[in-house]
Amino acid sequence: MALDPGLVGRSYPPSAVYEVGRAKIAEFAAALGDQDPVYRDPEAARALGHPDVIAPPTFAIVVSLGAANVVLDDPEVELDYSRVVHGEQRFTHHRPIRAGDRLVATTTIESVRHVAGNDLLTTRVELDTEDGESVCTAVAMLVARGTA
Amino acid sequence: MNAGGVEVGTELPAQTFRVTRADLVRYAGASGDFNPIHWNERFATEVGLPGVIAHGMLTMGLAARAVAAWSGDPGALVEYTVRFGRPVVVPDDAEGAEVTVRGRVAALLDGNRARVDLTVTSAGEKVLSLARAVVALT
Repeated sequence: MALDPGLVGRSYPPSAVYEVGRAKIAEFAAALGDQDPVYRDPEAARALGHPDVIAPPTFAIVVSLGAANVVLDDPEVELDYSRVVHGEQRFTHHRPIRAGDRLVATTTIESVRHVAGNDLLTTRVELDTEDGESVCTAVAMLVARGTA
Repeated sequence: MNAGGVEVGTELPAQTFRVTRADLVRYAGASGDFNPIHWNERFATEVGLPGVIAHGMLTMGLAARAVAAWSGDPGALVEYTVRFGRPVVVPDDAEGAEVTVRGRVAALLDGNRARVDLTVTSAGEKVLSLARAVVALT
């Protein structure tokens, strides 16, 4: 089933607030085998000019992937999730995500393409603080193999 | 990273990371990505994969470590794009797979930033067909 190009530009309501915790940052860094104190020790983070421990550059996926599920749950997005693989990922960090951030994710369908029998779906998730400060833009391209 | 020591062609120290099945389970838990292709051999082969594969985001995260080790501050990575080319197959043994990250400064950008192009390989093959990081210099 090919994805409907009319989905491009569809935007979903903002997510519930995701509060970034120090323990979650430390857990994520440990899962990358990364011992950098900037992820664990507020003093080490402050020495680099950050107000609190920061998150690894790919931590945004924890928030953005959860938020982008709103697309896969949309009954008008006919995507066979069992055939989906991650094609591309881009993060633009307006500033590092840090402990204490209260983030709201807003998801938009950026493009729909059909290439070589595959459906390609690109979503953009804007992560802002609940006060409206832009923190990160996460763009993901998903490939549904052999569905177009 | 101080801008003084950075020019086009500057190479980042190569880094090699080992990834075992236990690492995949840990990453699944930390990231919330429980797709069974990353922990269930039966499921992975049923959907046509050569075996259990690493999360693409884990590979992306490891490559970012190599950039941060060079720049000195992971918070200096302001833009980061990868294209997942080929899976990192992780065998069910103590050795697992190895992921090697090499990088080179490809351009100096406005605003005191450098673009680093990464080459990420496993078992001798490129696993990211594109991997670019933009690093803010000091």
